[in-house]
Amino acid sequence: MLRSYCKQDALVVALDGELDHYCAQSIRRQLDEMLADPSVRYLVLDFDKLTFMDSSGIGVILGRYRILRDRGGKMAVCHMNPHIARIFHMSGMDRIIPELDRA
Amino acid sequence: MTRNRMELTFPSLAENESFARVAVAAFAVQLSPTLSEIADLKTAVSEAVTNAIVHGYEWRRGDITLRVSYDERGEMTVEIEDHGRGIPDVAQAMEPFYTTQPEQERSGMGFSVMQTFMDDLEVVSHPGEGTLVRMRKRIAAGVRA
Repeated sequence: MLRSYCKQDALVVALDGELDHYCAQSIRRQLDEMLADPSVRYLVLDFDKLTFMDSSGIGVILGRYRILRDRGGKMAVCHMNPHIARIFHMSGMDRIIPELDRA
Repeated sequence: MTRNRMELTFPSLAENESFARVAVAAFAVQLSPTLSEIADLKTAVSEAVTNAIVHGYEWRRGDITLRVSYDERGEMTVEIEDHGRGIPDVAQAMEPFYTTQPEQERSGMGFSVMQTFMDDLEVVSHPGEGTLVRMRKRIAAGVRA
């Protein structure tokens, strides 16, 4: 179960464990259940406790970005370790999704 | 010359993605890799095994073979082989963001990640017969005398 914190229209979700193709299904389902509430317009994904991510994670992030964008909302990420940040930058997602802990 | 090697065969179950990358990392420890090198290896293996499961076998059950070896200079060779449907156009499949399954939220980044995180990537595929992914990476610390 993902830990999350919601205040008004903003939702912060702390990812943990690993985000590969196997884990992606469950993480995607849990995120989408939280995003089913249409009042959520801002999503922050906290990667602090995520120990591994491969390109399946890119698909999950991009899919949630589109959901938020389609309802006029925004998404951000934080606390990516260097390895996860490398994949994030490789995919070019840093150009559309801000990293809150980076200038 | 090969100094050490290992081979594993496992069914194309998604839970084996984690098993495969951890097995490679455990074997690589003999070369005293850095945490960054370990992360590179794990990610590349995860991508190749995921491709075999999702594309090679398209959710049918089949065997995936993982072969890992290293030589006296600490160069690792990792092979991931499936006997699935194969890739009709390898060059196209390797283009960044190319995916045959956009509706599954596949990013199309798998081969790009393998290329970036390993020193060398080779893909041999025959439609109807399967795919062999061969990757090489030099572990800087290498084999101790």
